[in-house]
Amino acid sequence: MTQVLHTPPPAPVTAEDDLAALAARHGLSVSGARPSLPAYVGQLWARRHFITAFATAKLTAQYAQAKLGQVWQIMTPLLNATVYYFIFGVLLDTKRNVPDYIPFLVTGVFIWTFTSSSIMTGTRAIAGNLGLVRALHFPRAALPISFCLQQLQQLLFSMAALAVILLCFGVPVAASWLLAIPVLILQFMFNTGMSLIMARWGAKTPDISQLMPFVLRTWMYISGVMWSIDKLTGKHKGLPDWVAPVLKDNPAAVYIDLMRYALIDSFHGSQLPPHVWIVATGWALVVGVGGFIYFWKAEETYGRG
Amino acid sequence: MAENVSDTPSMNETPTEREPRTVSDIPTVVCDRVDIVYRVNGTGAGRGSATAALNRMLRRKNAEKAAGTRTVHAVKNVSFVAYKGEAIGLIGTNGSGKSTLLKAVAGLLPVENGAIYTDGQPSLLGVNAALMGDLTGEKNVYLGGLAMGMSREEIKERYQDIVDFSGINEKGDFITLPMRTYSSGMGARLRFSIAAAKDHDVLLIDEALATGDASFRMRSEERIRELRQHAGTVFLVSHNNKSIRDTCERVLWLERGVLRMDGPTEDVLAEYEAFTGDKSDKTKAKPKPKPKVAQPS
Repeated sequence: MTQVLHTPPPAPVTAEDDLAALAARHGLSVSGARPSLPAYVGQLWARRHFITAFATAKLTAQYAQAKLGQVWQIMTPLLNATVYYFIFGVLLDTKRNVPDYIPFLVTGVFIWTFTSSSIMTGTRAIAGNLGLVRALHFPRAALPISFCLQQLQQLLFSMAALAVILLCFGVPVAASWLLAIPVLILQFMFNTGMSLIMARWGAKTPDISQLMPFVLRTWMYISGVMWSIDKLTGKHKGLPDWVAPVLKDNPAAVYIDLMRYALIDSFHGSQLPPHVWIVATGWALVVGVGGFIYFWKAEETYGRG
Repeated sequence: MAENVSDTPSMNETPTEREPRTVSDIPTVVCDRVDIVYRVNGTGAGRGSATAALNRMLRRKNAEKAAGTRTVHAVKNVSFVAYKGEAIGLIGTNGSGKSTLLKAVAGLLPVENGAIYTDGQPSLLGVNAALMGDLTGEKNVYLGGLAMGMSREEIKERYQDIVDFSGINEKGDFITLPMRTYSSGMGARLRFSIAAAKDHDVLLIDEALATGDASFRMRSEERIRELRQHAGTVFLVSHNNKSIRDTCERVLWLERGVLRMDGPTEDVLAEYEAFTGDKSDKTKAKPKPKPKVAQPS
């Protein structure tokens, strides 16, 4: 822009009322306004096919360039479990205190990965897809929800691998395996809520995605992914009384332990915190619904500025 | 020459006084004294350097200033009314605010002052961001269609048209290959075909016609005329005066964010071509200080 311009022509003399009135007379609406919550839910429902298609597309695109292709869907969680088994089971000898340690560990790792990757991708859901947000119109919550769905699909692959592992290590098939379904539904609701909250934060402050790995790692270690919280708190006699219940009622631990209870016969109900199903449902509803409303509140600001 | 530009009669008309045109009198987009301001973070010196960042954090009070938040006034006091059945070209030199205005009409950018009223949801023609290079062209047709809000049935119905229109399969079965294997021209053609498959109330096109070879360009222009009949209003941003002439009968000329002229294509383009043609003379004759901030493109 180096060329010289003359003073701009005077603005059109139309009064503001005229244009606004013209717009009102023909029923035009303000562009880019936030819809009401019910309308927003409706829009989201209308885009449900996009949400699922986007999740599936992301999932398949993830390993499209790899020679082994979709085999990595199962290989990645298995390799993860192997690494943790080597470090915590063999080197640190955690397995001595826990019956069926490998099923215990693998269940923990898979369920934890579902939550942690949902939160991680949620943080980048808006900030990492600004091109999409700035080009097309759709309820923005479609993105974090879609990413959580992708993680759920990933988890279902992992669960198939987990079923094989369980059978290999002599865990009997039981009716309680069916409990895995409500656990996954509740966990998915919780994850989606977390992901929506993180998406709003991450959209405003992209730096959060740098911080999240550390937060998540801390959370993982206190949630009993590789060890039993009971055994850990039992070892340290000096701990205040509230520590064990707080650790056991944190959502990650609740969903992990519920899944262990559902799948592993040697993991007994007595190892679960009291009223565990109420706690699990409470986390899912509060975080799921709250996160959705929190995200919607800033709907019109995403991808702007 | 420039003096009579500022006196263009069309600038002083109220929308209701505009001469009768072939299009209907139903407005689809009303821009009411719109100002658009960008806030750009971190343009201050040394965003990249750690000491500068630390300095910013320590001096919290001056954070805004130190972080160098600058404002760019990209669109200034623009008003116009677009009617159903119109195709409107947006012209102006680089960085004059054309794309910014288009994004605001689409509701993707907030306005600082004024308001933009629209009939239904204007859509920006562009699905590039929703497509994934690792997926086949076929899957991308579905993904792009869904992203634009089409139903699966609608896409299935139009799938063959989209592929035929793009001409991707003219040289073999390319639609079943991943999109990353396409040449840039092929990719652009498929993207335009997907984006143009939907009927929009108000369609906003940003330089889309610059893609593809001559025959594809002709088909694109043909398709835009079709969309216009179905849809209502089409906005086209282009630096190609020929494609503006071929598709639009009305042109808005933005310069430095100011609506400089609004009128029939031939009148505005004649002035615009004269303006861009002799700008070197004027630079010598009447030097002006450079603007403080660069306009975004």
